[in-house]
Amino acid sequence: MEIDPFIFRLSIFILSIFIGYYVVWSVTPSLHTPLMSVTNAISSVIIVGAIIAALAGETGNIFDTANIFGFLAIILAAVNIFGGFLVTQRMLAMYKKKKKDKK
Amino acid sequence: MISVNLLAVFYLISGVLFILALRGLSSPETSRKGNLFGIIGMALAIGVTIISVGSFSTGFLYLIILLLIGGSIGAFIAFKIPMTAMPELVAGFHSLVGLAAVFVAISAFLNPEVFKLGSPGNIKIASLIEMSLGAAIGAITFTGSIIAFLKLRGIMSGSPITFFGQHYVNLFLGLFLIGLIFYLCRTQVDTWFWTIILISFLLGVLLIIPIGGADMPVVISMLNSYSGWAAAGIGFTLENTALIITGALVGSSGAILSYIMCKGMNRSFFNVILGGWGATEQSSSNKSQEQKPVKNGNADDAAFLMKNASSVIIVPGYGMAVAQAQHALREMVDALKKNGVKVSYAIHPVAGRMPGHMNVLLAEANVPYDEVFELEEINNDFANCDVAYVIGANDVTNPVAKSDPQSPIFGMPVLDVEKSKSVLFVKRSLSPGYAGIDNDLFYRDNTLMLFADAKKMTEEIVKSL
Repeated sequence: MEIDPFIFRLSIFILSIFIGYYVVWSVTPSLHTPLMSVTNAISSVIIVGAIIAALAGETGNIFDTANIFGFLAIILAAVNIFGGFLVTQRMLAMYKKKKKDKK
Repeated sequence: MISVNLLAVFYLISGVLFILALRGLSSPETSRKGNLFGIIGMALAIGVTIISVGSFSTGFLYLIILLLIGGSIGAFIAFKIPMTAMPELVAGFHSLVGLAAVFVAISAFLNPEVFKLGSPGNIKIASLIEMSLGAAIGAITFTGSIIAFLKLRGIMSGSPITFFGQHYVNLFLGLFLIGLIFYLCRTQVDTWFWTIILISFLLGVLLIIPIGGADMPVVISMLNSYSGWAAAGIGFTLENTALIITGALVGSSGAILSYIMCKGMNRSFFNVILGGWGATEQSSSNKSQEQKPVKNGNADDAAFLMKNASSVIIVPGYGMAVAQAQHALREMVDALKKNGVKVSYAIHPVAGRMPGHMNVLLAEANVPYDEVFELEEINNDFANCDVAYVIGANDVTNPVAKSDPQSPIFGMPVLDVEKSKSVLFVKRSLSPGYAGIDNDLFYRDNTLMLFADAKKMTEEIVKSL
């Protein structure tokens, strides 16, 4: 009997939790705020689901209710992706400037 | 069109890039490269998804337009937001992830064929469970983050809102949700699905209103974690590796941050979640200390003390953020350094309204990060330091946490400020801090109280230096 693909995904999920655990403990406390903004940005990868939802079944009617929810999710996720990465960049740049100042 | 297998490989790569993005944050040196990895990972995931859908007609045009609209809103916010407003911003962004998860789940429910999950009314049970969990957690994240946002923004009072039987109501709603998911799987009736989302919206509000302003670091971290689990739930539904990996990373990241914040207050996670800091215990410590004498100073006294010190430790807190005093503080430190004074900063884990809040503000004011220390790193140095300058912090310096087992904050790790030769305490009044207890430090012989706004007082000190 073959293994259900769900088990593979579950394995990826569990192992990723462990990776997350060790990686996040190694984050320096002074960067905890950028950590939050960057995790926020990457969790917006949910946009891939939104894109599929929005563009699927296009041949018929693109403004089907299901598609509209997809489009709405795209906007929300896009705000987050751009906002999240850029604000992280802005914060991290401040940590750099100081180092130069000192030298 | 690209093959499903190739697509999965690309999603895996972007998942790995996200791991590297977090890994980069282990030091400020590598952090910017890490952020770049994150951006590449995201671009890759979006790019291959668009290619996989494969049709470049009207829908594609809408997609680009919406990406641009959302993107410019996001970019505008990112560049405009003042650093003191970071906690609100992050809370606001969490709410968007939550709502996006809800929308994707709704879309998958209405049109399951697209995601190969079966047909409406006959969706695979496993997928149904995954998507309702994703939708429920997303909905809780959405309304919970909105409440957190309103509280942080000051639109809603930061004080806990509690009512009789609150925890039982929440427990009941939680169990009700599980029951609804069960029924949804058995009947496939869409009413249950909508009810699940509505109840989750309500639960999100109820979970966050009893939590007070100073517990916000825990709340934000917790919502961060929730947004991750919601993404993972959707990832299982869509069978998408990038989403599953990211959801797990974000979920555990938020959980660890919540844990660190709770540790910083010596409270259990449940104690924070279940609301307000024990209001009943206040009276015991308040009575005896009403009429104690305090030493009152002005900016000149403070300037004199610090100028003649050989080392000064600065203890910033939320008050510094409120008064926007970080730039004035930096000027003061520059002036002190010119006088040959050694200056360092001591940061308590829960100072401010989110993890790392004080560090970012100091970074904004161009304070070199190697002068900024965490509690464990610097706590022994107070004994050898001449002046501790407490600006906007209160409970995290209270020696009562070490001496009085009756105190509600007993056992909380605090900065040993009282061990330094003299303490300058900038505060607007003698009123107790968030925990509602008197700070013993005010009445010590070596404490000089500077009653003023944090920014004004610091500026005046700069002048008299």
